Amino acid sequence: MTKKTIIEKIWEKHTVASEPGKPSLLYIDLHMVHEVTSPQAFEGLRLKGRKVRRPELTFATMDHNVPTVDRYVIKDEIAKKQMDTLSDNCRQFGVKVADLNSPDSGIVHVIGPELGLTQPGKTIVCGDSHTSTHGAFGALAFGIGTSEVEHVLSTQTLWQSKPKTLKVHVKGDLPLGVTAKDVILAIIAKFGVNFGTGSIIEFTGEAIRNMTMEERMTVCNMSIEAGAKAGLISPDETTFEYLRGRQYAPEGEEFEKAVEQWSALATDEGATYDRTVEIEASEIEPQVTWGTNPSQGIGINGVVPNPNDCENAADKIAIEQALDYMGLTPGTSISDVEVQHVFIGSCTNSRMSDLRAAAQVAKGRKVAPGVRAMVVPGSQKIKLQAEAEGLDQVFLEAGFEWRESGCSMCLSMNPDFVPEGERCASTSNRNFEGRQGKGARTHLVSPAMAAAAAVKGKFTDVRIFNEATVK
Amino acid sequence: MAGMVVHKGNVAAMNRVNVDTDQIIPKQFLKRIERTGFGQFLFFDWRFNADGTDNEKFELNQPHNNNASILVANQNFGCGSSREHAPWALQDYGFQVIIAPNFADIFYNNCVKNGILAIQLPEEKVNELLEKADEGVYELTVDLKQQNISDDQGFTAEFTIDPYWKEMLLNGWDEVSVTLKYEEAITNFEKQRAL
Repeated sequence: MTKKTIIEKIWEKHTVASEPGKPSLLYIDLHMVHEVTSPQAFEGLRLKGRKVRRPELTFATMDHNVPTVDRYVIKDEIAKKQMDTLSDNCRQFGVKVADLNSPDSGIVHVIGPELGLTQPGKTIVCGDSHTSTHGAFGALAFGIGTSEVEHVLSTQTLWQSKPKTLKVHVKGDLPLGVTAKDVILAIIAKFGVNFGTGSIIEFTGEAIRNMTMEERMTVCNMSIEAGAKAGLISPDETTFEYLRGRQYAPEGEEFEKAVEQWSALATDEGATYDRTVEIEASEIEPQVTWGTNPSQGIGINGVVPNPNDCENAADKIAIEQALDYMGLTPGTSISDVEVQHVFIGSCTNSRMSDLRAAAQVAKGRKVAPGVRAMVVPGSQKIKLQAEAEGLDQVFLEAGFEWRESGCSMCLSMNPDFVPEGERCASTSNRNFEGRQGKGARTHLVSPAMAAAAAVKGKFTDVRIFNEATVK
Repeated sequence: MAGMVVHKGNVAAMNRVNVDTDQIIPKQFLKRIERTGFGQFLFFDWRFNADGTDNEKFELNQPHNNNASILVANQNFGCGSSREHAPWALQDYGFQVIIAPNFADIFYNNCVKNGILAIQLPEEKVNELLEKADEGVYELTVDLKQQNISDDQGFTAEFTIDPYWKEMLLNGWDEVSVTLKYEEAITNFEKQRAL
């Protein structure tokens, strides 16, 4: 029997039609929808008199525009209209929506897994590039544009050319204090911001295997920052245990049957990939980005690079432009860079383990003078759970703001933003120019590193920081 | 959507790598529920100064780029967010063809679905075009049917395109209508899986 990767197995199971010289017509098992990229798609259906083919395989929520202080008072009229439009569209087309009043609401890529909608072997799409998050479960999950949203709504399928398979192997165990966020940032820093273009990544290796589901989600979430179509991890006991008992997961005997099928999805031993890259886990340090794309990052003990050391002319210009925008000088130790804002949240790092890691650092300490720090849970369920554990009090006592769930300062389509020229340690996924506000300077870090930066007022190695102050 | 066979137009050069869709259309303009009218916001933070005047240094504000309908860009154009507002903005501004050494996957798909021809060319060819278009008004002819690009000074380059997308672009088809012809196959697939 031919040995296959999980990518090929899922692809074959979902091919509705394939003809030579054409992309495959793939069936889509789960379509997540949010307010920003769907209104024009629903409008398209209306104009052509079409309906949603499988409303029960479609699930909507609001996250990008949602205010995180008082979510029911939306002062931005256009944002409010966009959210109301989603409610109206879902009502008209019979699609389930977790709106602002729903206890299920939250960031789309947080609630899919939380509700058990995300399952191994599924094809999952959403009009959002961070759909790759769901790949943590061994699902084939990728972001699509609004025309494709309309196509999936109408037909429950998509035409897709088969991407190449790319194995990213994280060898060995992670050093103490190095997190999933550091792993994915280090991978992108090492191999570049478009090394995954045209490919689907499978993450493998001991370090990945030993991760919890939440950590795996952080890794897969940022596959798109490497340009990859999707990123996934073969499912195992960790995956199944996470799903057991979740709202939309199969129950009882059905669950056991599902586990049997899910287990068979894992990549066969000896299966080959189009390309393989490898990184040593032991070499990874806590990461901080210095530039304006996620590959422009270094370890906490590193220094801001010098563009003159760069041989390629286009790359040299890119580094110069990034340093100019970020207001940084080559040779500066990243641990000397001061921050004015700290954002802990986003579909990358807003789950319980992220909040616990940040709270552990914040506990009994104070946010440095001149720093504004906020914690934004990924969903309303996470908010309640964190409050039940007393994490909100830990954060509030330390001087952090404690917010309602939403995309918040990751992309600032809502009232949360970083003012021009100011610097933010952020647990989100993109440090693009203007991402957190016009002229805002974003440094991507893990939740523990963000919390440590909040207390110290500048970037610091959370491993040493923790030890020093505990003693 | 009208089909495209041959397009002749002025070329604007944007010699920057990793131009992300957050730059092409910043997030504050994604709240509209229409598909149209995004051109005025294209490259907003690069194109305009804080006081709303044109940033004279920005590529598209150079006088020779005034009527450009072909954009030549560098590596990994359109990376980041999946927002289709990016091709909507480029198209509404007047671009019908984008040429680069490579594109981000989602952006490429979004272009094709909107009738924008995204052409991948070898880096040296792109560099040649970037130089020519930087000097002044520069015109190119793009022939989708023949899959080649040429100017009147002897530059030529051939390009490849997936035959499926080519057919889609040439005819200006609505993809959903094409797929609905597979209705029976989709229904059969659903029945089989329900067993």
